Amino acid sequence: MGDNLAALTIHELHDLLVKRSISARDITESVLERIAAVEDRVHAYITVLADTARKQAAQADARIARGEATYLTGIPVALKDILCTKGIPTTCGSKMLANFVPPYDATVIEKLQQQGAVFIGKTSMDEFAMGSSNETSFFGPVHNPWDLSRVPGGSSGGSAAAVAADECIAALGTDTGGSIRQPAALCGVVGMKPTYGRVSRYGLIAFASSLDQIGPITKDVTDAALLLACISGHDDRDATSIDAPVPDYRSALIPHVRGMKIGIPTECFHEGLDPEIDAAVRMALEVLREQGAEIRDVSLPHTRYAVAVYYLIAPAEASSNLARYDGVAYGFRCDHPEDLQDMYERTRSEGFGSEVKRRIMLGTYALSAGYYDAYYKKASQVRTLIRRDFENAFAQCDLIITPTTPTPAFKLGEKLDDPLSMYLSDIFTIPANLAGLPGISLPCGFTASGLPIGLQIIGNVLQEETVLRCAYCYEQSTAWHTRKPLCV
Amino acid sequence: MMVMGYEPVIGLEVHAQLLTESKIFCSCSTQFGQPPNSQTCPVCLGMPGVLPVVNKRVVEYAIKTALATNCTIQRFNQFARKNYFYPDLPKGYQISQFELPIATGGFIEIDTESGTRKIGITRIHMEEDAGKLLHEINGGAAENSFVDYNRTGIPLLEIVSEPDIHTPEEAGEYLKALRAILQYLGVCDGNMEQGSFRCDANVSLRPSGERRFGTKVELKNMNSFRHVVRALTYEITRQRELLEYGDSVIQETRLWDENAGQTLPMRGKEESHDYRYFPDPDLVPLYIEDAWIEALRSQLPELPRQRRNRFIDQYGLPLYDADILVTSRQLADYFETAVRSCNQPKTVSNWILSEVLRFLTDPRDIVSFPVTPEHLAQMICLIHNGTISGKIAKKIFEEMRTTGALPSSIVERHGLVQVSDSSKLEKVIQEILDAHPSLVADFRAGKEKVFGFLVGQIMKATKGKANPRMVNDILREKLAG
Amino acid sequence: MEVRILLPEPFFTEVPVKITAHDVVHVARLARLHIPDKEIEAMTGQLNAILEYFETLQEINTTDIPPSTHAVALTNAFRDDRCSPSLAPEEALANAPETEQSYFKVPKIIET
Repeated sequence: MGDNLAALTIHELHDLLVKRSISARDITESVLERIAAVEDRVHAYITVLADTARKQAAQADARIARGEATYLTGIPVALKDILCTKGIPTTCGSKMLANFVPPYDATVIEKLQQQGAVFIGKTSMDEFAMGSSNETSFFGPVHNPWDLSRVPGGSSGGSAAAVAADECIAALGTDTGGSIRQPAALCGVVGMKPTYGRVSRYGLIAFASSLDQIGPITKDVTDAALLLACISGHDDRDATSIDAPVPDYRSALIPHVRGMKIGIPTECFHEGLDPEIDAAVRMALEVLREQGAEIRDVSLPHTRYAVAVYYLIAPAEASSNLARYDGVAYGFRCDHPEDLQDMYERTRSEGFGSEVKRRIMLGTYALSAGYYDAYYKKASQVRTLIRRDFENAFAQCDLIITPTTPTPAFKLGEKLDDPLSMYLSDIFTIPANLAGLPGISLPCGFTASGLPIGLQIIGNVLQEETVLRCAYCYEQSTAWHTRKPLCV
Repeated sequence: MMVMGYEPVIGLEVHAQLLTESKIFCSCSTQFGQPPNSQTCPVCLGMPGVLPVVNKRVVEYAIKTALATNCTIQRFNQFARKNYFYPDLPKGYQISQFELPIATGGFIEIDTESGTRKIGITRIHMEEDAGKLLHEINGGAAENSFVDYNRTGIPLLEIVSEPDIHTPEEAGEYLKALRAILQYLGVCDGNMEQGSFRCDANVSLRPSGERRFGTKVELKNMNSFRHVVRALTYEITRQRELLEYGDSVIQETRLWDENAGQTLPMRGKEESHDYRYFPDPDLVPLYIEDAWIEALRSQLPELPRQRRNRFIDQYGLPLYDADILVTSRQLADYFETAVRSCNQPKTVSNWILSEVLRFLTDPRDIVSFPVTPEHLAQMICLIHNGTISGKIAKKIFEEMRTTGALPSSIVERHGLVQVSDSSKLEKVIQEILDAHPSLVADFRAGKEKVFGFLVGQIMKATKGKANPRMVNDILREKLAG
Repeated sequence: MEVRILLPEPFFTEVPVKITAHDVVHVARLARLHIPDKEIEAMTGQLNAILEYFETLQEINTTDIPPSTHAVALTNAFRDDRCSPSLAPEEALANAPETEQSYFKVPKIIET
């Protein structure tokens, strides 16, 4: 065996590794071959770490030989280039950090290293994770493996495209308003945003600190459970990380949902929802009903304000988080500054792209004297109402299901000049970030033109097991996750 | 200081660096005077992706300070970001507290000419210090400025007074009292020259009897108590002259120039500030339980004013003595340790005030003074029981100070024990009288003055060791005889 | 700019102006961004469209509703007051655009 290992999942490869049918080196070489074959069309990576990966694969083989393999040992994982890697450039998709080499690892990177994972590369992303199409990256857009003329979604578009195109076995993404789930949906893979605080944010370059969360992007639900278990847990270096034991997520994967109450927010199936998506999600609910779930309507009346709340809170936090990029201690500095103010303004104007600047402007305005109460504070209060909507809903149901996106993958360039319409592509994913809830997106069908459709399952705080179990049950009842894109 | 027609209104903002081992949000050392950029890490350098975690001791020190200044501790409080750009601020914001500070509404007491006054404390909050900017290094490179981030992230308490202060002298008293409290608590070393205790002032004038405030000026760059008093005196005069000429005071920040003896407007400091404060999403709110407050309250030491009053009541010391003895906790401890051993409070106080303090620039250095309080007490006992005379004691003290030796062993080594054996003394006295028959006759003829000369001769013959009272008695008896 | 799908026509006459070009210049200054003159109008238009969308929030009565500053309510996360090794100065300065003698170097700052 040795051909097309890149197409397999973590659990499939782990079984082969412990049986010694294959080596970690075989997997890494298979993935590097696949990258060589398709990367010029997909552009999923900013940096491919061939040398690092081969060294780590050799170490993984030694570990497997000692009988100390865990699920991630020897598995090539792609890392969104927003996660700091010691001694490896970490760009955040920006000119500002094009040459930044962190002297530290993110906590999730340390955790993966402890498991013996192989770092295959740093994936492309919207600049500072600000975007829903992966077009704002300083390093150029990523192409959707299902249709190269379309976007992969964003901001973790590189990670989702790399998983979909078998350019890695699994990937890490980050999700602030849907940046894992939306590209997972658009690329036909599984993406999960855990409960806020479940995974340490230490070493995740902040976009909006109260919303950012790291999560897995994988080929199936089982892999999502395995990768999530590896990266979860309390971290002393992140004051917002939750001090709760990490369950064995894999053991939650039971293929039935008998007695599970699933809430459907009536607000979701309205205006602007693509009819094919509407149909696919309703079909998916039927599948779950057949598996024993009880489907009921719930109301989340304030979620219609979620996009507005999000696009006030996230830019406000971002305007402050991105103030550190000033050309003083690291990162880009403009040429020949005349004085300090000139250095600040030219460094930041030349180093940031237009979407980042737009959001910094918006956030600065929302926090500025005279507007704080009307914008930032008002949005934070409505955020409370949105959280209460979910608390009320979860008093009546175990899970909430919605489409992941209102439309399938759109054309590259289609929404680039229309920020508001771009912002609305996160309409179904944003509420879970505002309330800190775990959510997963998994494939639930394809449009007539062959574009993937995502189903979103949202659970209550720290109810990842329930979310994964429902997703697993649905996945085992369908075959969508076995389809592969043909254009690459 | 009374300003004719106008009342000065002064509020003080103190920034006190806390005596923690590590910085407020990371585990870098807070040690002073290390090589540039040798005490930094990704967190205090504000590198991408790193996160702050609060040092628990900072909160404990803030709570202790709040208790010692009679503040209300806010059970629920939060850190906020103060956003502005400056090269000494690596994140582009300072983590501070804004709407929800840890303590509000306290006061401390000071002494003024008109008696004890309470100066209100508006608020106390925790924040991080900024780095240090140098405008030249090794005398060169005038085209650039240079940044050292060692100081970045050192914990600070900002203590804001009410505008309750009306004279530069009161401001000085307030600062001394506040510093003493912080030093007693062991939360700040109070070193103004090294910048661990910094003070800015807001000063305005208003016509006497007016309740509204005048336009205020913020004063910075005052590096000692003396600077604060001088700067305020200058600024009050400057503002009064402006107002008397019918001009108005401009709201601005001015820097004290100690060499020139004047305040000058700060140049080129940007447009009006809009700090865009908002709650820091990286730090969770603090909820301070009663049990925590009570545990810290039980650790509070006796504070300087309480201790001063107790010294007056318990030891019968004059206010002057007590005031000086409590300027530092270590000095007051020294005093009390000595008193416990010899039970002569006023004598101990006299010795400390007139002898010990001559050798100390900072009263806290008493802890390393060669004469321990026990040794001082032993020496005072030796005087009290007549073993040594006061005159000899000064010589002994000098030797104790330079060698650290026990007073009793110095006395023994040099044979300095006072001669109180009456037969020995009678013999010496008789020899002196025999040697000076004419003086004896003079005395008996009424010339009292020769008495002193004879005592001197006796002391000289005994190398100063004769018990002066006994010499006096025996001599009188013999002359009368 | 294509905002017509969401906004009433004609866009530039009926949408109330939330932010003026003058505000944009002020906010850019606060954020230390330089917006070239030719881009100010476009930026103003885009921000206005977004701010107009945010107006829906004003429909909601939020009296007595506490703001949520965090996604999950936690309190009191502390570290102990213990030191651990800092970076070596070379490491701290490794990513700096300009340095001199273990200092970060910036254009001259004029004070006092």
